[in-house]
Amino acid sequence: MKRGLILWLPLALVVLLLALFWAGLHKDENHDIASQMVGKPLPAFAAPAALPGLPGASAADFRDGQPRLLNVFASWCVPCVAEVPVLMQMKGMGVEVVGIAVHDTAPALAEFLGKNGNPYSRIGSDDQSRIQLALGSSGVPETFVIDGQGKIVKQHIGVVGEDDIPELLALLGQKP
Amino acid sequence: MIAEAGLAALWFAAALALAQLVLGALATSEARSELRSSIAPVAIVQALFVVTAFFCLIAVFMRSDMSVLLVAENSHSAKPMIYKIAGTWGNHEGSMLLWVTILGVAGATIALFERKLRADTKVATLAAQGAIALGFYAFLLFASNPFARIAGVIEGRGLNPLLQDPGLAFHPPTLYAGYVGMSAAFSFAVGALVTRNVGPEFARAMRPWILGAWIFLTIGITAGSYWSYYTLGWGGWWFWDPVENASLMPWLAATALIHSVTVLATRDGLRAWTIMLAVLAFSMSMVGTFLVRSGILTSVHSFAVDPRRGVFILELLAIYIGGALTLFALRVGTVNEGTRFDPFSREAALVANNLLLTVILIVVMAGTLYPLALEGLTGAKISVGAPYFNSVVGPLALVLMVIIAIGPLLRWRSDRPALLLRRVAPALLAGGIALAVLIALAGPIGLLPLFGLAVAALVAVASLAPLWKRNLRRTPLFTYGMVIAHFGCAVSIAGMACEGAFTKENLVAVKAGETQPIGPFSVTFAGLRELPGPNYAALEGVLLVARGQGKPWVMAPQLRQFTDPPMLTNQAAIKTFWNGQLYLTIGEKEIEGRWLLRMWWKPFVTLIWLGGALIALGGALALLGRVRRDLTAKRVAGAAA
Repeated sequence: MKRGLILWLPLALVVLLLALFWAGLHKDENHDIASQMVGKPLPAFAAPAALPGLPGASAADFRDGQPRLLNVFASWCVPCVAEVPVLMQMKGMGVEVVGIAVHDTAPALAEFLGKNGNPYSRIGSDDQSRIQLALGSSGVPETFVIDGQGKIVKQHIGVVGEDDIPELLALLGQKP
Repeated sequence: MIAEAGLAALWFAAALALAQLVLGALATSEARSELRSSIAPVAIVQALFVVTAFFCLIAVFMRSDMSVLLVAENSHSAKPMIYKIAGTWGNHEGSMLLWVTILGVAGATIALFERKLRADTKVATLAAQGAIALGFYAFLLFASNPFARIAGVIEGRGLNPLLQDPGLAFHPPTLYAGYVGMSAAFSFAVGALVTRNVGPEFARAMRPWILGAWIFLTIGITAGSYWSYYTLGWGGWWFWDPVENASLMPWLAATALIHSVTVLATRDGLRAWTIMLAVLAFSMSMVGTFLVRSGILTSVHSFAVDPRRGVFILELLAIYIGGALTLFALRVGTVNEGTRFDPFSREAALVANNLLLTVILIVVMAGTLYPLALEGLTGAKISVGAPYFNSVVGPLALVLMVIIAIGPLLRWRSDRPALLLRRVAPALLAGGIALAVLIALAGPIGLLPLFGLAVAALVAVASLAPLWKRNLRRTPLFTYGMVIAHFGCAVSIAGMACEGAFTKENLVAVKAGETQPIGPFSVTFAGLRELPGPNYAALEGVLLVARGQGKPWVMAPQLRQFTDPPMLTNQAAIKTFWNGQLYLTIGEKEIEGRWLLRMWWKPFVTLIWLGGALIALGGALALLGRVRRDLTAKRVAGAAA
């Protein structure tokens, strides 16, 4: 009898396996990966000024009680151009945007801002992508919402579009 | 017209598969044994029809007939002819048609050439083969019609540039021949269970078929590994990608099977276990097909996903695997256990080999499916990568290698430890010397590569030991096969260990004129030039490579910009030396006048694939030896009668 039961074991395992496949086929097609950084404090960093005349950025700047946007970008990044008008629009609504320029140079940056406009109150230079990596960001552009205590509230991957403004404003604690 | 002819041929093949199933099921009983002679012709004609359908599909691809939806979606009239042909199976529908074509051909080959199997078992086997074919024909006809038409398309969308490589011409067909060839083992097992015919006779009949499929599977995996190595530009040879794992799992089961079937054929042991493995090997092939075709796991191999197709294949899996295992549970209890054997014997070593291969199979399967299970249970998304697989499979593989060394030196039935020790002494010595030399000279290379190399030396010597003091001209061909296959395992493991231990990597941003070192070479970035390709534009980095003070030569990695579909691919420049490969790629863009250059010097990496080729060659010799012995035996029997 005991041997008889063991013989059914393979079938039972396969039924389990097929049930798993069945569930896998019917899961909702949500491929978004939740950011691991949300809820965590900003990693400590102090980035030197990327452009003469505009201050650099450090994690300490974000702990004065005022929520801000932290925008990881680069002058060589083509999609970044597309989000400048949106950031300018938010700047007009009183949002402070701090930039982290990845792998950039002052002349290239000056040209980029001259051509597209400057939404940033300060821009830190991140030569080696160290700050970018510490932020858990794998590409440009990415935008973080930081609350007044220096905690990350949201990580937005890719270009910020006009549709994203209401959500970002809400997270920043502002009325549209 | 050609497309309609192909579709019609596919319908005819499906009808014949149904006939094969019904006739076979009836003819299995002695009462209707007069039907038996009709099965083989049905199986053969079925194969002819499905081969016709397959050639029709190749023809519409060659003619770039854009009124066929599949061609419009996956081909382009400006593509070189070889990729038009190979592109036939570079998509879901075409690859499934290739799948059933091989299934049909496998059935016909059994019908034509299988002579040793008892008549009723052969009929039941062909009926099982017909049943599998029927399900997959239905899948093609109802859920993946490759011949569907579309109106108004002038030009096709083109083939994924990563697939525009000679590798596509042979990797999928050989891998599929192995995958689907395993259906023979499955059908044999079902046939044997239905007709209660599990024994040495049956094992000897089944063995060549498993060997044949296993050879193709080995070649397919080895070729696929090399293909991804040179085409993806990542410098790696195995990524534990779900689909790679899906091809490894049937190989592990089949490798266990060719060893257990030997115990059954030689000593009439492991009856139930052999049947189980035969079912498992092809089940793993079907699970692999499901994983690739349903898009349930994310992988570089996934084509466009349609969940209905996934459900369809899942139903087929439930019918075939569920059916076979139910039959197994009901019938195998009535199969005698077979002969028992001594715990210190060749049989026992083969059992240990089987257990280890099965454990490795479970480990690989668990790692592949764990993300799916976890997401189902908790919603968390994770991926299981190389650190898990390497650290778990690695040590298990080393233990398996030790058994490979010892097993063939043990006698059947029972043996004495003292005698065995004398036989393995030279191999142990070789392994010990290798270990000592590496510890003394190689520096810290990591435990796994260290023991990998020592064990490779052990197995290399031990694998040749069965030829020691034998008359080499009278040694049977299948013994040579075993020796070469086991030696190939040592070669392959040595390559993997060297790659892991001694690879040098240098990632630098270079300006024109700069020189950078990599391993024993120096690489000078001379500049870039643009080259037109047949259907792409290439940007080629010109690198002057020199070894020491020697004369430099040019190596030219490329970035290829394809237009249909638009995609950038990275073509590595690889130069092979007797002691390794130099592997160079350039990065995708320029940053401040500097180009990213990624360089690897991989000592003895080629041994990985050479070992794979030797394993396949060993299998081929074993197959040839078995078939030749059968033919000789028949001639002798014929002369005696």
